[in-house]
Amino acid sequence: MQLLEFQAKELFRIYGINLLPSIASTTIEEGRKHAKELGYPFVIKIQVPVGGRGKAGGIQKCQNDDEFELKYPQVLDLVIKGEKARAILLEKMADIKKELYLSLFLNRSKRCYTIIASPEGGVEIESVKNQIIREVGLGEVSEQVAREVAKEMKLEGKTADEFVDILKKLAKLTVEKEAELAEINPLAIMQDGSLIALDGKFVTDDNSNFRHDELQKYQEKTEIEERAEKSGFSIVELDGDIAVVGNGAGLVMSTLDMLSDNGGKPACFLDVGGGATTESVYEALTLISKMTRVRGILVNLYGGIVKTTVVAEAFLKAYEDNVIDLPVFARLKGTEAEKAKEMLKESRTKIFDSIEDAINAAVMGIKK
Amino acid sequence: MTDIFKLLRGNPGDSDYKKKGVIVQGITGAYGSLHAKSMITYGTNIVAGVTPGKGGQKFEDKVPIYNTVKEAVNASGANISIVFVPAKFFLGAAKEALEAGIKLLVAIPEHVPIRDTMQVLDLANKMDAVVIGPNTPGIMIPDLIKIGIMPPMPFTAGKIAVLSKSGTLLYEISDALTNAGFGQSITIGIGGDPVNGTRLIDAFNMIKDISDLEGLVVVGEIGGDSEEMLAQHIINIGFKKPTVAYIAGRAAPKEKRMGHAGAIVMGTYGSAESKVSMFNKANIPVAKRPSQVPVLLAGKMQQSD
Repeated sequence: MQLLEFQAKELFRIYGINLLPSIASTTIEEGRKHAKELGYPFVIKIQVPVGGRGKAGGIQKCQNDDEFELKYPQVLDLVIKGEKARAILLEKMADIKKELYLSLFLNRSKRCYTIIASPEGGVEIESVKNQIIREVGLGEVSEQVAREVAKEMKLEGKTADEFVDILKKLAKLTVEKEAELAEINPLAIMQDGSLIALDGKFVTDDNSNFRHDELQKYQEKTEIEERAEKSGFSIVELDGDIAVVGNGAGLVMSTLDMLSDNGGKPACFLDVGGGATTESVYEALTLISKMTRVRGILVNLYGGIVKTTVVAEAFLKAYEDNVIDLPVFARLKGTEAEKAKEMLKESRTKIFDSIEDAINAAVMGIKK
Repeated sequence: MTDIFKLLRGNPGDSDYKKKGVIVQGITGAYGSLHAKSMITYGTNIVAGVTPGKGGQKFEDKVPIYNTVKEAVNASGANISIVFVPAKFFLGAAKEALEAGIKLLVAIPEHVPIRDTMQVLDLANKMDAVVIGPNTPGIMIPDLIKIGIMPPMPFTAGKIAVLSKSGTLLYEISDALTNAGFGQSITIGIGGDPVNGTRLIDAFNMIKDISDLEGLVVVGEIGGDSEEMLAQHIINIGFKKPTVAYIAGRAAPKEKRMGHAGAIVMGTYGSAESKVSMFNKANIPVAKRPSQVPVLLAGKMQQSD
C-alpha cells in the first residue's frame, strides 16, 4: 500500500527522523483548532496518493486567519489526477537553505535495496540530477556506508552527522516495515545546518500485510476492493464504460490494451483469479452491476485451471437473478469452452470466436 | 550457468534419463493434489510428496509421502521440487528444500512477501540452485516434462522457446504458436512478482545456446525493468535468432497494481513504453495483440532465411 504524506511522517516520527511540527485534519473545524496550536505562518498540504500536488495548487501558504478560512476549503475540494483529498496537513513553515533527495527502494531486477541520494532534491525523481546510487542487499545500511554516501553528497559537520543518522533510521524503517520505497524529497538543510524531512513517500509490500497489523490503519480500500479481496479476485476501477473480466492478470491487461486500441474505454480490470468458483464470479458480477458507469461487459477467458463452464454458470445465475441486465460480449477458450458456449447460447451473452471480434462488437454495441 | 536441460532431462545413459524425479511439497492440499495428478497424467515422474504429519501415507495409492523434504530426497534421489504451500509458509518450505539439496525449485504460490523471496534467493545462490517463481505457472518441455500448473492443451513439442511473466498469456500465446505450427522446445514462467528467482535474462541465458532453437518469444508486462535488461543483453551479445516480444499493460493507469504484485508502473519505472522502445532498439518486434505473435515470428524467420 502507498501511504499518504502524513502517514509516512507518522512512521518517520516513530523512527526518530526529524520533522517540522504538523497536524492532519479532515474538516475545517478540526483545522481551525490545529491552526491555533501550530500558530502562523504554516503551509496547507492536500493529502492525496499521487504526486504533482504543488503544481495543482494543493500546497498553500497561510499567514493569518483570513487566508486560512479562504484556502482550507479550496484545497480540501481539489481533485488531483482524479484523487480527492483524504486529509489536509498543516505544517509549520521552514527557513530552508538547500533541498536534498534521499530514498531507499527495492531494485527488482537486481533483487536488492538501493539507496538513491542527491544534493539536488525537491524535484521528481526522474529529474533529480547527480544521483548517488548504492546497492545495499536486504536493506540494512551500516554506519560506514551511510558515511560514504554523506561524503559523496559533499555534506560536512553537523549536516553530515544528521544525514548518516537519518539514512540509517530510514533503512531500519524500510526493513522493518518491508517497504518497496521509502523516500524523503526534499530532505531540507535548515539555516543552522540541521536536516528535516519535508515530504515523505512510503510504499509497502501488500503481500507482507499479514505481518504488519500496525500498518492496517493506513489501508485504504473501497467497498468494492474489499469485497473482491474477500472473494479472491482482483479488481482495479477505471473510468470508462466497458467492464473487462477475464482470468489471469496478464490476459486481462492484454484485453484492456486491445479494447483501448479499438477506441473502447475500460470501466474496470477484473481478474477472477486461478481459484475462481461460480460463487466468486457471481460476486464479481454483482460488484460490476453496482458500478453505475458500466454499459457493457467484455469477457475474455482462457480456461486452464479455471473451467470456463464455472464462469458460464455464474453468468447464467446472474441473469436469472436479474443481477446483470447489461449486454455481455464474450470469448471463451480452453477447458470446457465448447460446453460453456453451449450453456450460454440461449442467454443474453454474445459469443465470439476471437477476442478481436468480441471487442469490436462491444465497442459498437456500447456506442448505440 | 545452470544447464536447465540437464536438470529437466538428465544425462543420456543415466537410469533416470528423460524421466527425472520430481517432489511435490504440499501434495495433500487441494491445489497441490489437483496439480500433482495433472502432472502425473502429463507424464512427469512424481516420485515423492511432502506434507508434515502425513509421512508414511501414499498419494493416489502410489506416490510415497514424507514428513520432510530431506526424507523425500534421501528416499527418491530427486533434486527437483515444486512447492504448493500457502504464501506465508513458502519461506520455510523453500529453505527446507534448498537445504535438503534441491537444485531446481519451482515456486507456485502467489502473494509471497518480497523479503521472503529475497531470503530464499540468497540461500539458493549459496546452494547453487535455481528458483523459478514465485507466482509462476512453472516450467515445461512439452511432451516430456511439466513442472507447474499449466493446462496441457496449448503446448506441443517444437523449437521455439517461450518466456513469460504471465500464466494465462503463456497459454494464450503458446496456443497461437501451436496453431501456427510453431511447437515449443521449452516454456519458462518467470512469474508476476516484483522479484523473480529466474529473471527474463536468466531464463534467456538458460535457453540461448539450444542448438536447434529456431526462435524466441518473450511475454512481458508492465512493472520493473526485466524486459529492458533482457533487450540490452540481447543487443550486447548479438543474439540473432528470430525473436518476438509481447508486452501487456499499455493501457494500465500508473501507480496501480494490475492484479500481479509486480505489475505496477512507478513514475516511468516499469512503463510499457520503456519496454517497447528497448525491444525496438534490439530489433525485436513487439506484437500489439497475442494473436499477432506467430505472424511476427514467421516474418522474422523469413528475414533470417
